[in-house]
Amino acid sequence: MTGLVLEDVVIDLNGRELLRLSVSIAPGEILTVMGSSGSGKSSLLAFVGGFLGASFSARGTILLNNKQLNHQPPHERHTGILFQDPLLFPHMSVGENLLFAIPSSIRGSNRRELAEEALGQAGLDGFFDRDPATLSGGQKARVALMRVLVSQPRALLLDEPFSKLDAGRRDQIRRFVFDEARRQNLPILLVTHDAADAAAAGGKITDLDQ
Amino acid sequence: MLRLAPALAIGVLLAPVACGVLATLLPAFGYLPALGGREFTFDHIAALIDYPGIGRSVLLSLVTGLLTTAIALAIVMTLVSGWYGTSTFARVQHLISPLLSVPHAAAAFGLALLIAPSGFFFRLISPALTGSSRPPDLFILNDPLGLTMMAGLVAKEIPFLLLVTLAALPQTNARRSGQIAQAAGYGRMSGFLFATWPLIYKQIRLATFAVIAYATSVVDVAVILGPLTPPPLSVRLTQWMADPEIAMRFVASAGAVLQLLVTMVAILIWVVFEKLAGRLVASQRNAGHRYTRERWVRLAGLAVVLLVSGVIFFGLLLLALWSFAGFWAFPDALPRGFTLTNWGRVLPSLTGPLTTTLLTGFVATLIAVCLALACLEREARTGRTGGSRAMLFIYLPLIVPQVGFVFGLQLFFLGFGLDASWGALVLVHLVFVLPYVFLSLSDPWRAWDPRYASIAHGLGANPNQTFWKIRLPMLLKPAMVASAVGFAVSVGQYLPTLLIGGGRWPTITTEAVALASGGNRRVIGVYAFVQMLLPFIGFALATIIPAVLFRNRNDMKAAS
Repeated sequence: MTGLVLEDVVIDLNGRELLRLSVSIAPGEILTVMGSSGSGKSSLLAFVGGFLGASFSARGTILLNNKQLNHQPPHERHTGILFQDPLLFPHMSVGENLLFAIPSSIRGSNRRELAEEALGQAGLDGFFDRDPATLSGGQKARVALMRVLVSQPRALLLDEPFSKLDAGRRDQIRRFVFDEARRQNLPILLVTHDAADAAAAGGKITDLDQ
Repeated sequence: MLRLAPALAIGVLLAPVACGVLATLLPAFGYLPALGGREFTFDHIAALIDYPGIGRSVLLSLVTGLLTTAIALAIVMTLVSGWYGTSTFARVQHLISPLLSVPHAAAAFGLALLIAPSGFFFRLISPALTGSSRPPDLFILNDPLGLTMMAGLVAKEIPFLLLVTLAALPQTNARRSGQIAQAAGYGRMSGFLFATWPLIYKQIRLATFAVIAYATSVVDVAVILGPLTPPPLSVRLTQWMADPEIAMRFVASAGAVLQLLVTMVAILIWVVFEKLAGRLVASQRNAGHRYTRERWVRLAGLAVVLLVSGVIFFGLLLLALWSFAGFWAFPDALPRGFTLTNWGRVLPSLTGPLTTTLLTGFVATLIAVCLALACLEREARTGRTGGSRAMLFIYLPLIVPQVGFVFGLQLFFLGFGLDASWGALVLVHLVFVLPYVFLSLSDPWRAWDPRYASIAHGLGANPNQTFWKIRLPMLLKPAMVASAVGFAVSVGQYLPTLLIGGGRWPTITTEAVALASGGNRRVIGVYAFVQMLLPFIGFALATIIPAVLFRNRNDMKAAS
């Protein structure tokens, strides 16, 4: 099937089994993996993204649109990731952050147009030359999402991306992220410990603590 | 390419030391075919032992090494335990860090101009307090006990030990441990010494050994401030190594082996001392002594540090003053006038050494930074650090005394016809530049948030693109600071430049130290001023360039 499929994934930390999981996520669908801290939910994303630490070991198959990812280097997996922090590259302008993400197959003035368009979608018209440090938390989160989306990922990995936003803005950003990702018809793997995230995502839920 | 970096770096650190020590040992026992020594013999060792005053030279080196390290460490310990976390501490830290970049020779010359019988201090109090308008007849510079030399060494060791302590502090829970200890009724200092210091000391132990090795074998500071009859062992060795008499090479080698032994014994004594001190601290801690009456110790620690920094800064000011001084007779506090004549006269002979200094420093630093970056990048990609064994390699050229292996290295190069070549000079500078560059770069490099790399990879950037476009620019400032540190180390190299350069590649430092015996303060002022200026310019560039490049990026300012 198309989408993201994890078959018999087992992750161990220093020989102790952290989690065991088999799931499939169709394009445009959100799977929420719930778990308390230490449950290994972030290591699951690291395994899919290809940056699992040396103290972990993992088995099982990762399939993205019927292609096995296990032995692909991280930069060839096309799995965009959002962390708790927006982690905009501080030495680049907001626009340069987007340009860095846009694939090199898009050339010339199209690149800048695409970046401006993405900023427009995020309600950040005219932010191209801004210093990321001068943006509010919510603005940074939106830039971080647009940065992932313009890189044309084939799946989206979300590592508690809303947990550090203040409560007032969390709902709004959450909806924005889910809507944009669905619009691009991406399979989305969300890990969180916040039940409200899972409810808002509206998809299947796997709870690691049970 | 990247895969080879760690091996290459270890080669740079290990091979010269190993070859150098070997090429010192063999001639010490008579074997040096190039100079006609084909049979093993103890004659040269016997000749060495017969030199008058050799025992006293050895004792001087040993005592200097142990005493200065102990005093400097005690001062740093008092300062950090008494003041860490206060605003005073932050200010002292800013005052002291520039001192690290001041070359030893420049600092020593500055001290000499300040406290010599005809120096600034006695000019201030003469004739009012001394009752004489002639310099007092005191043996202050080059005093036979080496006290002035030790003072100069302590002054330069404090900034180094303070800096490595500061680097170790974040890995301890100093602030919270201190709060817990103080809540349990301990004083600020005793709380710190009991709860945090042992953790710090474990991390700065190799650096402390490096200080001992340095102080037992220092040449430039000893030539400028140290005793003359007899001088410390390392100074005598340097004289023998430069002796045109071929036979002296054998004695010099035997002496270098003696120097290795002296440093080794000093470190062994230190290790015993460590054990005793550790036991003493543990017994005091287990007995629950609170030691809350610490006020005077704290203040004294701060006062000593301020005095030391003040003396060095003032000494540097005197260097500048002398370089521009016109007629300046004793006991005038200031010169009668200022002139550019000194500079004009010295400049023509200064440009050659200056070019050598700049080029050697630049190339050695460039190679060192590339090597260090390659090793750290390799570490990041494989997730494998070298661990404590890597630290030992890094500290090796700093713990084996320079006199102990650089002379051997010279003989080694001689055997390959590479002696006195510029390439050999760059290589020997690299041996000492690389450890400092690596030590300076590795902490900020490892502290970088790896999630930036995960994001970049997720966006489709391969590891090389991630390095060049994300990691290196984000860490440009620490990389530039590490380069400045490396350049400062290269500028300050005296003995390796003298021996490996074989007199063909004079630098600002070798020229400055050579002027010491002549005593022309105006010329010394010019040379030592330039010597001090070069590292300063390096650090200024390391601050200015990233600040200008990222002037519109606020978050790049916080990252140091």
